[in-house]
Amino acid sequence: MNLSQAILEALESLSSNKMRSGLTVLGIVIGVAAVIAMLAVGTGAQDSITGSISGIGTNLLFVFRGAPDDSVQNSKPLTMQDAAAIADPFAAPSVQMVAPVIEGGFLIAAAGEQVNTSVSGVTPDFFPLRNFVIAEGEPITEEHLLGRASVAVIGPELADSLFGRHDGIVGEDLTINGQPFRVIGVWEAKGGGMFGSEDNRALIPFTTAQTRLIQRRTRDQVDMLLVEVVDSESVPQAVDEVSSILRTRHRTDVGADDFTVFSQQDFLQTAATITSVLTIFLGGIAAISLLVGGIGIMNIMLVSVTERTKEIGLRKALGARKRDILIQFLTESSLLSLFGGIIGIGFGWLIAFIVERVALASGTPFYPRIGIDAVLLATIFSAAVGLFFGIYPANRAANLEPVEALRYE
Amino acid sequence: MTEDWVVVADDLVKTYKMGEMEVNALQGASVKIGRGEVVSIMGPSGSGKSTMMNIIGCLDRPTSGSYMLDGELVANMTDDQLASVRNRKVGFVFQSFNLLSRQTALFNVELPLRYAGQVENRRQRAADALISVGLGDRMTHRPTELSGGQQQRVAIARAIVNEPAIIMADEPTGNLDSKVGKEIMSLLLDLNKQRGTTLIIVTHDPKIAEQTQRVIRLSDGVVEDDGMTKGGAQ
Ligand SMILES: Nc1ncnc2c1ncn2[C@@H]1O[C@H](COP(=O)(O)OP(=O)(O)OP(=O)(O)O)[C@@H](O)[C@H]1O
Ligand SMILES: [Mg+2]
Repeated sequence: MNLSQAILEALESLSSNKMRSGLTVLGIVIGVAAVIAMLAVGTGAQDSITGSISGIGTNLLFVFRGAPDDSVQNSKPLTMQDAAAIADPFAAPSVQMVAPVIEGGFLIAAAGEQVNTSVSGVTPDFFPLRNFVIAEGEPITEEHLLGRASVAVIGPELADSLFGRHDGIVGEDLTINGQPFRVIGVWEAKGGGMFGSEDNRALIPFTTAQTRLIQRRTRDQVDMLLVEVVDSESVPQAVDEVSSILRTRHRTDVGADDFTVFSQQDFLQTAATITSVLTIFLGGIAAISLLVGGIGIMNIMLVSVTERTKEIGLRKALGARKRDILIQFLTESSLLSLFGGIIGIGFGWLIAFIVERVALASGTPFYPRIGIDAVLLATIFSAAVGLFFGIYPANRAANLEPVEALRYE
Repeated sequence: MTEDWVVVADDLVKTYKMGEMEVNALQGASVKIGRGEVVSIMGPSGSGKSTMMNIIGCLDRPTSGSYMLDGELVANMTDDQLASVRNRKVGFVFQSFNLLSRQTALFNVELPLRYAGQVENRRQRAADALISVGLGDRMTHRPTELSGGQQQRVAIARAIVNEPAIIMADEPTGNLDSKVGKEIMSLLLDLNKQRGTTLIIVTHDPKIAEQTQRVIRLSDGVVEDDGMTKGGAQ
């Protein structure tokens, strides 16, 4: 018997009990659809998170106060002097630019609307460093810094919630924590990330924030330093340079740093680890349902072998070898799971599509991705499930004694 | 006597183990059947007729004793080798027809050719076999659409399609009324005449045994009597 005959016969045999075959296939459909959908959602989440991290800006270091594990007591705050020292091209040749940031949450009000959001005091370097592109108006300049000007550059989302629009806003007034500010610019939407929207904040001159909004214990204290590295290859070197400058300035012991240098690569790595664990976890749960589907196939094939004992005996009497019977039943079980796999891929795709629509409708751009690898994996895995769970029943059929089988009623 | 033996069975013993008990279905039966002979096997129920048929048809192996079918020593063959011998040399006709009920008559008759790996002319040979049993107009019918006699004819077509050396028929008319049974018998005898195929029939019915040339009587697993019938002696 050649393969195409075997497939034709298996199809006929499966279609002779459509209800049973359909229910068996359904088990595999659910399993494969779950695997496909879960992997798609998992990789979609991964894309979205790494995308939003990459959107923060390339070659970026974040320097915070305090040890990474909070183990060091009495840490010294980061200061403007620290920023100046890191910006020194001789001490830190890998560093391109340093931008100090001071941050707080405040109530912003304008035109009768109120929004509670984050306000950051920044220097002009902040804009190129974080890839904030001005859509209208101007960014914060050195003059604003020197004059401690009461001006703000705001995100388009914040503009929408305050003014109901995000263009033609330059020149509008708003208050931050009750103090009057004038809008001098709006930046282009950066899009939402997994960390919430960047477009819902307000930026004001660093000096203005320092003197009028955000009181810190010492005058030149900053919350965070953003450090741009000359190129991505130099990131590890820049981390070393920044660390050794701060160690010297803070006079900390070796291994007792009172600051944390975080590179964007660290973020990416952490996020990648978390999301791949998530993906594996989701896929694993889905794989269990595929396994259950496989057991369903085994069950049905065992029933089928028992029901067709006499037929098997007859086929053997007519000259079927073990191999012929084995192929006959394996073809049936593989076809069952292959059908289940194909329909399941379709269903999984549908589920992923619905998830995408729901996410978009709720304002989170999130794109579940069905890779060709996931499709291949599901196809191969489901065929393997059919083969694996078909082997036992098929073997049982192939090893029936012809006389015994023929006598079976 | 330089006979052309198709079946040479010597001192066949078949013992079934049922837990502690042993059942000796055959205890030293010897038989020789020549090419083209028409032989009936008779005997009381439980005397070992079906057991002997199974061994002669290579469906089963004897516990001891030697058996040669059409020049091939069968005793030490593997399961797959036995399957091949059955496929090439034996045609079975069963009491309960044993057709695949979901498949057409043509497909049922083709089945032995499929297992023989025959691709060419398969359909044609199956159709010819159906024509030779008088079912040329029923090829695409399924067993459920055929009468009992017609179903047994399909089974006979299936038995002859590979041009076997012997046809084994275990009570071929047992499930048919006497008129149809007669037709089936005369069809089998005709096939023997035309093709010279050896025909071995197990039966309880003396009227059927009469129509064969030779009767082998079994009793308690041994050959009690082996002789020509009136028709065979002529
Ligand atoms: N698979 C088996 N296991 C155990 N005993 C068996 C088996 N097959 C046959 N026997 C026994 O072997 C003996 C011969 O059985 P067999 O089927 O050959 O008889 P038979 O002559 O064909 O009878 P009948 O005319 O009723 O068909 C019986 O006693 C039967 O019980
Ligand atoms: Mg019997």
